Amino acid sequence: MDFSALFDNFGQLTATGFTQGAIYALVALGYTLVYGVLRLINFAHSEVFVTGTFAAILTLRLVGVGADEAVPSVAIVIAVILAAMVAAMAASGATALVVERIAYRPLRKRNAPPLVFLISAIGASIAISEAFGVFYSRDNVPVGNLIEPSTQFELFGASITNQMILVVVAAFGVMILLDTIINRTRLGRGIRAVAMDPDAAALMGVNKDRVIAWTFVLGGLMAGVAAVLYNLQFGVTKFNAGFLLGLKAFTAAVLGGIGNLRGALLGGLLLGLVENWGQAVIGSQWRDVIAFVFLILVLMFRPTGLLGESLGRARA
Amino acid sequence: MTQDTLAPPAPTTGSPLLRVADAIADRRSAAMGSFRSRFGRLPTPARYVPAAILLIVLVLLPVWDKNLRSSTGSGIPVIGTPNTSFSGVLFLVGAFALCAIGLNVVVGFAGLLDLGYVGFYAVGAYTVSVFGSPSSDLATAYPWLICVPIGIAIAMVAGVILGGPTLRLRGDYLAIVTLGFGEIVRLAAVNTSWLGNRSGISNIPKPPGEKADGSKLFGVVDITPFYWLILAFIIVILVLISNLERSRVGRAWLAIREDEDAAELMGVPTFRFKLWAFAIGAAVGGISGGIFASRQGFINPDTFDVLTSILFLAAVVIGGSGNKFGVILGAVIVVYVPERLRGFDESLFGAWFVVLIVALLVALISQRKKLLSSTARAIATIVGGLLGFVVAVSVGTQLHSIVTDVGTDNPTRLLVGALVLVAIAGIVLTRLIGLASGDGPKAVALFLGAFVTVLLGAIAPYVFDEIGDGVQALRYFAFGIALIVMSVFRPQGLLPNRRRATELADRKKEVAAGVNA
Repeated sequence: MDFSALFDNFGQLTATGFTQGAIYALVALGYTLVYGVLRLINFAHSEVFVTGTFAAILTLRLVGVGADEAVPSVAIVIAVILAAMVAAMAASGATALVVERIAYRPLRKRNAPPLVFLISAIGASIAISEAFGVFYSRDNVPVGNLIEPSTQFELFGASITNQMILVVVAAFGVMILLDTIINRTRLGRGIRAVAMDPDAAALMGVNKDRVIAWTFVLGGLMAGVAAVLYNLQFGVTKFNAGFLLGLKAFTAAVLGGIGNLRGALLGGLLLGLVENWGQAVIGSQWRDVIAFVFLILVLMFRPTGLLGESLGRARA
Repeated sequence: MTQDTLAPPAPTTGSPLLRVADAIADRRSAAMGSFRSRFGRLPTPARYVPAAILLIVLVLLPVWDKNLRSSTGSGIPVIGTPNTSFSGVLFLVGAFALCAIGLNVVVGFAGLLDLGYVGFYAVGAYTVSVFGSPSSDLATAYPWLICVPIGIAIAMVAGVILGGPTLRLRGDYLAIVTLGFGEIVRLAAVNTSWLGNRSGISNIPKPPGEKADGSKLFGVVDITPFYWLILAFIIVILVLISNLERSRVGRAWLAIREDEDAAELMGVPTFRFKLWAFAIGAAVGGISGGIFASRQGFINPDTFDVLTSILFLAAVVIGGSGNKFGVILGAVIVVYVPERLRGFDESLFGAWFVVLIVALLVALISQRKKLLSSTARAIATIVGGLLGFVVAVSVGTQLHSIVTDVGTDNPTRLLVGALVLVAIAGIVLTRLIGLASGDGPKAVALFLGAFVTVLLGAIAPYVFDEIGDGVQALRYFAFGIALIVMSVFRPQGLLPNRRRATELADRKKEVAAGVNA
């Protein structure tokens, strides 16, 4: 226990936690959307995210930004990041769609029990991550020097880098966009309707299958954005990087109230903060344990999360 | 609504593939049913005969292999593992089977999805190591016979510690939390100095016992005694668990699995029985881990990663969750098959795969009753399959030797050319068969299906330079795919538990009848 480390670096830990939390929140949105509509933990969502990280890296390699090259100019960086983001979103969205079609839809048609869904999802998750492991690389894959982190300004003793600003701004921008889509558009109304009562929604003329597919795609797009931001923040990915991140994002979703979009945001940020504060206190080698213990505590004392489950009805 | 008013299971929903799968399942269960009832009418001693024969064969397998190796230089043909110790593989299958039996109590009987089962395996292994090894920090160096009961007890306690707070959660939440638990155990082992950090613990004690010549029975070289030991444990635990399954406890688990709320209303203390399932499952995992650690003589955290947990689950799901013998079959598939394919003799590889694939194909295709006359169907399948096999073996060997000896002399072109030629010949041939039976295009489709499937199966090893490495590397990938395929086509597993299969079929009929759709 080393509380002085926590208090000495409180500002910096908070800033880092906030940045990582924003990434967790983006991935958590994918869990929350699918859970809200299908009452199903999309276990393969972490691999949807991993696909995005690899798509982004491949785009960078294609454009010619490698691990050993110098940092390019600002305009090029922005263009490259945008391109990587589009590629990652496309890859993640497509993966989410394929997973839904292959691993979930046939089971939905057969009214399979939830356990079977979960096993199918685990299968999809393992298959995708192993596909990257076997056919690409089992080692860490570096992203390359895209942004030279430089301190822009100081805030409560924390140096805020350009990278942090980029991650947080991008994450919040996308989240506001998603919130608008869910609450303001026709598709969003369909998603909310199916989440509330699938049968009634179908009777009202909502195409259930299409709405579900779109839900997966939306979650995939969010994961794609998260993937690029993750690459920027951590500078490295791996075929099984999704496992830990997925667990943390799921924790974040449960913490905020799974099925609740704003809950995912809150949960993600909170988890990022707790994790960074916690590792200062008990040591960084226990960092990953914090999220799991936190998850168990949350589920024990507040299984519906901080903000409750709101996208659909409460859990039976 | 009573069962009578439900519509018969209409041939509805889903793709043709789903319907084929349904048809297979229906017919298979009918055939199995009549066999089962005839077998059940035999006098009791007669019903034990197959089990006894199987047991004797299982016990003698490593001895037979050893004798063959010393006399002819190679082990048992076809099923032996030429490049690895056969008894070692058998032991590993046994360790996995024991874990699958334990996990089956949790997943198959009580219907709780536990993704962190490897945690209990690790607890068992680490307990035996810490208490038994003279080089651990504790340095009690207790003998093996004392360590294993401690390991079982601590694994059980771990089960209760995990289950206590989390078993009030339902389904998928529980799965995620247990997944976290498995990872916590591993991370704790990595980060704790008296658990040996990353380097692990060595000098783990072995079970007592001496041979006639005074040397240790449980040695490092000959794994056979360990295999017999784990076989004995499997049998004892199978008997115990079978008794439990038939007891009040077993019925309570079943009730919880089918409908937890209803069980609670009927007065089943669901939480207590779920906790029991967890504790018993954990204890069995602990035994397996303890024996495993002792056989290895050395453990480190890498052995106990999440993927191992997934392999345990794959064994249960593929074999047939809820069926004790099914999950053992699952363990055989999960461990033995990849080991068998490690460093496989090329000439045998094709035969091995073709047997599997042709069986699968015949089963699949023969179900599509209206497609063709049965003779044309059989001929098309066999011709396609055989041609695919011949091509795969000849071209594959060619390709392999080219790749390894000459270097890459554009083997792809050679391969593709040969394939096209044979496929054309085959299409012409089947076309003639099809014309004779009046079903030309369908015969060709069947031929192509058989040809491509068998070809892909048989050629796969040649694509990888090092066959065994390829199979080993693809193992988790293949089990991922297998989990999806099983969930979609055969969620009850290869050797299903009858009641569980009925539950799944009922849910399907509800959809067909429009209930709960």
